[in-house]
Amino acid sequence: MAQVKELYDAILNGNAKQAHVSTVAALAGGADPMELISGSMVPAMDEVGKLYEAEEYFVPELLLAGRAMKSAMELLKPLLVASGQRMATRVVIGTVKGDLHDIGKNIVASMLEGSGFEVIDLGTDVSPEKFVSAVVEREPQFVCMSALLTVTMPAMKTTIDALANAGVRARVKVLVGGAPVTSQYAQEIGADGYSENASGAVSMVKNLIAA
Amino acid sequence: MRSPNRPQISSCPQGWPALRVPCRRKTAKGWRRCGLYTPFRFKSPVPRELAGARFRTIQGLPQANRVRRRSNPMDRIAISFNSLAISSPENLVYGISPHPLSCGLGLTIGAGKVFPEVNFTLPPMNMTPETWPQVVAHYEEMGAQIVRRALSLHVPGLVLEFELLPPMTDCPEWGAELTAILKRHLVEAHQKHGLASALRVTPTDIRDQQKPPLMRTGDPWKRLERSFNLCADAGADILSIESIGGKEVHDQALMYGDFPGIVFALGVLAPRDMSWLWGQIGSICAAHPGVVSGGDSACGFANTAMQLAHQKMLPEVLAAVVRAMSSVRSLAAFEQGAVGPSKDCAYEGPVIKAITGRPISMEGKSAACAHFSPLGNIAAAMCDLWSNESVQNVRLLSGNAPEAFTELLAYDCRLMNSAAERGGALQLRDWMTASDEWLSPQAAVLSPQATLRIASAIVAADTPYHRVLAAGRAAVDLLNEGAAAGKLTLSRKEQQWLSRIDEALDSLPADEAALLAELEPQYGALYDKPSYGL
Repeated sequence: MAQVKELYDAILNGNAKQAHVSTVAALAGGADPMELISGSMVPAMDEVGKLYEAEEYFVPELLLAGRAMKSAMELLKPLLVASGQRMATRVVIGTVKGDLHDIGKNIVASMLEGSGFEVIDLGTDVSPEKFVSAVVEREPQFVCMSALLTVTMPAMKTTIDALANAGVRARVKVLVGGAPVTSQYAQEIGADGYSENASGAVSMVKNLIAA
Repeated sequence: MRSPNRPQISSCPQGWPALRVPCRRKTAKGWRRCGLYTPFRFKSPVPRELAGARFRTIQGLPQANRVRRRSNPMDRIAISFNSLAISSPENLVYGISPHPLSCGLGLTIGAGKVFPEVNFTLPPMNMTPETWPQVVAHYEEMGAQIVRRALSLHVPGLVLEFELLPPMTDCPEWGAELTAILKRHLVEAHQKHGLASALRVTPTDIRDQQKPPLMRTGDPWKRLERSFNLCADAGADILSIESIGGKEVHDQALMYGDFPGIVFALGVLAPRDMSWLWGQIGSICAAHPGVVSGGDSACGFANTAMQLAHQKMLPEVLAAVVRAMSSVRSLAAFEQGAVGPSKDCAYEGPVIKAITGRPISMEGKSAACAHFSPLGNIAAAMCDLWSNESVQNVRLLSGNAPEAFTELLAYDCRLMNSAAERGGALQLRDWMTASDEWLSPQAAVLSPQATLRIASAIVAADTPYHRVLAAGRAAVDLLNEGAAAGKLTLSRKEQQWLSRIDEALDSLPADEAALLAELEPQYGALYDKPSYGL
């Protein structure tokens, strides 16, 4: 279907308007929403990811592609909900309590969305209680935490402990990241994974799903 | 609370801080010298039509830069820089600035020597009332060890920079307590060993705790203001900040490579906030004799771009152009009376120095403890203070890291000063420049020649918006010329981005109001208009 190829190209080129138009046309032509996602949109974002890894794309191209995918998803989500379908994987992400840095977290969130995951972004300065509430209410499979200051890193452990105290720790995989965070620190605080960059975080989520 | 250790400097009866220039005040018998000093010199007689207002000239600035000032000494002067303080590359060199700054405990910055500026912070730890004694112990240790190393290496002068962490700004009393501790170490070293020194205190800009940030009102601003005041009371000699006005738009624009959005943030929002904020800081300094408003940094803008470029997330050419353009917002601090030294992480410092003639602090390879950069040597070429950005108080093989980096900085400064004493400053500057200049677009816009070109473009334009466009154009042209001459090697992607930026610059409206209207749908929800006087 030509519109499917157009949608793929629109996402690859970060053209949100064209992605919207192509999605409308594809749906009008009888395309199935989940097939559009799995057959066109996710492959497009996979290709974007590869181009980013190959240093052919920078973050702007990656985020523009994510924005294009989002504009298409806005048309597809209501249809998925109506048919009782949902995105397979849900991720809660936020910068921990006391920390206002969000650029890295935003990049990870965008890349996760681009990979077809549903992302609930809690923002910055997120308290452990807010993370717990999000896990209880939204039932994600992953919790991703970011910290950029050495004095806010300890909030990661506090949050993991809060998840345990609430009895929901076993329901989620916890991934941590940020400039001062290390793999060793992630192990010490009981996280399930650590990544030193955004694309590594996405790969880790995919690997944990596949495992 | 006034620290008993703070130098006692008399205040001019009119409340102005006592600095270098003879002060005159109006008496019944006309203008008379009061025997003290202010940074400003009166011009009299006052023209009749401006009765109630006073003209000031800033020593060393051309008459064209004279501006009107209201009679309240706490009002801030707006200084317009329409020409360069340093117009020749031979005069743009480390250690020397046309307007040296005397501050702190017998320290004069920019009068011929480069001094280390040691910047330090806590290791990973929680900061709570329960752990506060450990926090205090860390700062006692760092203060003592840095001073110990400085004395053993016979540094001619030392600046300590205390960057407050967010909790220390949120609780201003914490920041003040640590300020007093660090100042005590400097005072003791001055009294016992004659060490010339100064303490720079840099509160965190916590105004972005709310979304969108409220820049001029609200509790975060009140706490930040209180932090400045208490730290000044506690012994700070230099007040600085890495302010974030406009960052709420700039971050998003940067991430999406949206050049008009970047220009909007740097040319419309950031200068407005800088002008307001540095007017406030200047008033705080005016109320604390002996405390100077040092300067700001485009850290949240240009250094963010630099770090993202280092991680291959953004093109280096974009980071280089952002660096040049961000000089305009950093200049706004000096337009409000800041006297330097500008912040260490202000890599745009050389442009500021060329325009204002004020001393600057820089960091480069010495900041590898905090972050990497392509500017390791060239960053020192025009510095007056040489800094390490920030190092945690952790144990290395030699000793604790702050002490180790004190040694590193001390030796770098010793080399620069030794070269200068032997007439080799320009040669060393040129070696530092040559080692990095053409290996990165970000270095290419930082050479002395590039600095003067960007600075000239800035002062030739009128408004901050036009100055940002002019700086961007100068940077793009520099990079294009460097690439065309075969000096600067750009990858295909980088060249594509440079062309994209070139076209975007040309397509920006001449009127900032038009840009504001154009970007309102995209960015209007991200910032609070009253916070920027819009």
